[in-house]
Amino acid sequence: MSAKLNALNSDSYIDVSQYRDQHFKGNRYEQEKLLKQSNTLYVGNLSFYTTEEQVHELFSKSGDVKRIIIGLDKVKKTACGFCFVEYYTRADAEHAMRFINGTRLDDRIIRTDWDAGFKEGRQYGRGKSGGQVSTKILSLCKRLFIS
Amino acid sequence: MNSLFSYPALFFFFFFLVHSIRSYFFMDLCSFFLSFSGGQPHKRRRTSEPIEIEDRLESLICRVGEKSTSSLESNLEGLAGVLEADLPNYKNKILRILCAVARLLPEKLTVYTTLVGLLNARNYNFGGEFVEAMIRQLKETLKNNLYNEAVYLVRFLSDLVNCHVIAAPSMVAMFENFISVTQEEDVPQVRSDWFVYVVLSCLPWVGKELYEKKDVEMDRLLSQIEGYLKRRVKTHVPMLQVWTAEKPHPQEEYLDCLWAQIQKLKKDRWQERHILRPYIAFDSVLCEALQHNLPPFTPPGHMPDAQYPMPRVIFRMFDYTDAPEGPVMPGSHSVERFVIEENLHCIIKTHWKERKTCAAQLLSYPGKNKIPLNYHIVEVIFGELFQLPSPPHIDVMYTTLLIELCKLQPGSLPQVLAQATEMLYMRLDTMNTTCIDRLINWFSHHLSNFQFRWSWDDWSDCLTVDLEKPKPKFVKEVLEKSMRLSYHQRIVDIVPPTFSALIPAEPLFIYKYEDESASSLPGYAVTVTVGNAIKNRASNEEILTILKEVPNPNQEDDDDEGESFNPLKIEVFLQTLLHLAAKSFSHSFSALGKFHEILKTLTDSDEGKLHILKVVYEVWRNHPQMIAVLVDKMIRTQVVDCAAVANWLFSQDMAHEFTRLFIWEILHSTIRKMNKHVQKIQKELEEAKDKLEKQQHKRVSLFMDKNSEDEEGQLEEQIERLQEKVESAQSEQKNLFLVIFQRFIMLLTEHLVRCETGSVDISTPWYKNCIERLQQIFLMHHVTIQQYMGTLENLLFTAELDHHILAVYQQFCALQL
Repeated sequence: MSAKLNALNSDSYIDVSQYRDQHFKGNRYEQEKLLKQSNTLYVGNLSFYTTEEQVHELFSKSGDVKRIIIGLDKVKKTACGFCFVEYYTRADAEHAMRFINGTRLDDRIIRTDWDAGFKEGRQYGRGKSGGQVSTKILSLCKRLFIS
Repeated sequence: MNSLFSYPALFFFFFFLVHSIRSYFFMDLCSFFLSFSGGQPHKRRRTSEPIEIEDRLESLICRVGEKSTSSLESNLEGLAGVLEADLPNYKNKILRILCAVARLLPEKLTVYTTLVGLLNARNYNFGGEFVEAMIRQLKETLKNNLYNEAVYLVRFLSDLVNCHVIAAPSMVAMFENFISVTQEEDVPQVRSDWFVYVVLSCLPWVGKELYEKKDVEMDRLLSQIEGYLKRRVKTHVPMLQVWTAEKPHPQEEYLDCLWAQIQKLKKDRWQERHILRPYIAFDSVLCEALQHNLPPFTPPGHMPDAQYPMPRVIFRMFDYTDAPEGPVMPGSHSVERFVIEENLHCIIKTHWKERKTCAAQLLSYPGKNKIPLNYHIVEVIFGELFQLPSPPHIDVMYTTLLIELCKLQPGSLPQVLAQATEMLYMRLDTMNTTCIDRLINWFSHHLSNFQFRWSWDDWSDCLTVDLEKPKPKFVKEVLEKSMRLSYHQRIVDIVPPTFSALIPAEPLFIYKYEDESASSLPGYAVTVTVGNAIKNRASNEEILTILKEVPNPNQEDDDDEGESFNPLKIEVFLQTLLHLAAKSFSHSFSALGKFHEILKTLTDSDEGKLHILKVVYEVWRNHPQMIAVLVDKMIRTQVVDCAAVANWLFSQDMAHEFTRLFIWEILHSTIRKMNKHVQKIQKELEEAKDKLEKQQHKRVSLFMDKNSEDEEGQLEEQIERLQEKVESAQSEQKNLFLVIFQRFIMLLTEHLVRCETGSVDISTPWYKNCIERLQQIFLMHHVTIQQYMGTLENLLFTAELDHHILAVYQQFCALQL
């Protein structure tokens, strides 16, 4: 009976973005599949001073948080503006994409995106000096579908 | 170059340009129609496969009524024409789509009833088939416990009377069958409630028409309803009210409010002017149409597993005095108020996942110029946020939706929101504790998106009363939550110095063995040794050996080799470990993980578990957030169990923190973990059973051989084990609730007895908090608790209990009766 209408099922906030991790071990298809099942979010545009506690408080509003990994400058090993948030369930992560993405943490508008899953090493920035790749370059890459 | 500007090319250009402008519905319609009429000599014929056409039909139907350059009437006319032309090939699809929008887009009810009316006028058979399909769908939704959607379907059918699709007498007959349910015996009240609600909630749309045709029958119907409403039991109401005070706005039971609204509508001779009725413009066409009779509809009988909607209370916080200028807010018993609230709730239900769309749809409510729309929106949103037992959607959605609304209406909505916040603060004294929790979470999260800007001085009255009273308590909790989203100094900076008593403590670790002055404390020396051992990555065995040195204050000598519960040992180890790991959550989690074996050994007994929680509190009592995450981790790694956490929270040691929000967040989180654990094992059991069934089917159809026999045997064993696991988990779950309820009863009884003997008023802030926290346990976990009602009633909530406590239990039972 469940006559569901595609036109009414819009849930665009949880759509997978154009970004693909260049260092992902596997092909595009595998990466896409993982993204669609993932419980992990990448969170960007954090202040360098944003703490794990603040991230935990905010992201707990959409469900129980399993783990937070703060992104580090590869050289200085200090926070460099991004982190990963892993939930126990996909549904909780989806709520974060719908209601926490694009709102403020520590006065900055943060951005969340699906992540294929945390692996050791991915917590390090890949920018030239050890921090994150500059956001300007990141968004340019996104537009050109490269990462 | 010149060919680009040739006539046919230009035509194509505009044709496709128009296609891509999705908001121009009418143009879309034309082009869609054109692609079938085959009249135009297009060079490029569009290849339209069936799936594409279905999607297009869906899209056209779903979007009619939205912003357009053409009038709604011309769009409806155009769409009716397109659909009529498509009936020969796509009748079933069109039926399916129309039935779906009737169920899923109730806020656009009259748009679609008009469309159906136009189709019926052009094609009588189609009208009949649509009505039949709707009846089938109604039966399905009722069978599947989708009572809220069923209301929309019946409302749709009733509005079809206005569109000359359904004959009024047959609609009245359906209503009469619905109301006859009130004569049924031995059925839950919520069942007959629903049938009465459906009939009443259709009357704003169709009351006038039905009264014109069948006033005698309608009067009889209404008097039957009145009789029912008078004798219905309303024990459940206090449990669902957001405020206990009747002023300034009574929190009315939903059926009582609707009845009052219908009474007023009747007095106004069914003149209703708010609902948008496109069918009026088509009256000359529609009244030529032949009507159908609804088939006799017997309400399905009561089934034991039926889940009728729970009763609710109508949330009101504004009236006409609150909107200073502009259109007047319809009164609380006006039918306009009912319709507006219904429609706004429906819009949220449709669009909650997409906050920008949701905000835009709310703000473009048809007829918005005649009502103070911002006030209605804010009231409806808070109504949902504060709804008991729980909001229809996740709490954080409402925070984000309000932010979006502020973005779209920066000149007006933030002011209404500030006004609302002020009002909610003023009425804190009588607000339900669960609702205050939600208000705290909403307000702190909202502020964190707006640089914590607030006129705190306006609330300086809260500084003059006992800090346990609701207002200062609220401010204190808001500041604590705000600190979690920022940092301590920020909070100090944002409030006036007069508020210093309400500022949370700095969230620092408190180490008992901090410095040389602690050297006289028993066990101090071991803390140093153990600390060094941990830093030098000693093994668990080495550390346990070191810990053997700690004397046991509970015993004279170590006659059992230090295996029994030794509180000092726990203290020495855990204080030192957590001190070393105090830097962040991750550090602490890592520490708990690394020394899991030691912790398990130390907490082997119930006393051990209780003591570990005590130590965690001692060291982190200025950082409740850390306490919560550590307790969570310890439950998940089975260092402590749920009952231990409950006992700890209710212990005498924690009595001074009993009214703080973090205590209840930990308790509810603990209960939820227990529930999820049980569900997980139940799911595993179901899956194993399914697997066995499949295996057995295979066996029947194929050759049975040793391998499949073995497999089956293994599965059966697995199922037996899982069955035991489920039973043991459920037993643990039941025990958890028993512990919690027992503790509540003890605490409350103590207080009530003490007050009675001292002839003191029982209503202290502590008591209000405690009794409402008991209510909260029932409300937040009602689904799980229902399973254990028998035990609860026999063991705990007996007639001997003080009536104040028993009342809470009785109100809870009344929610489903």
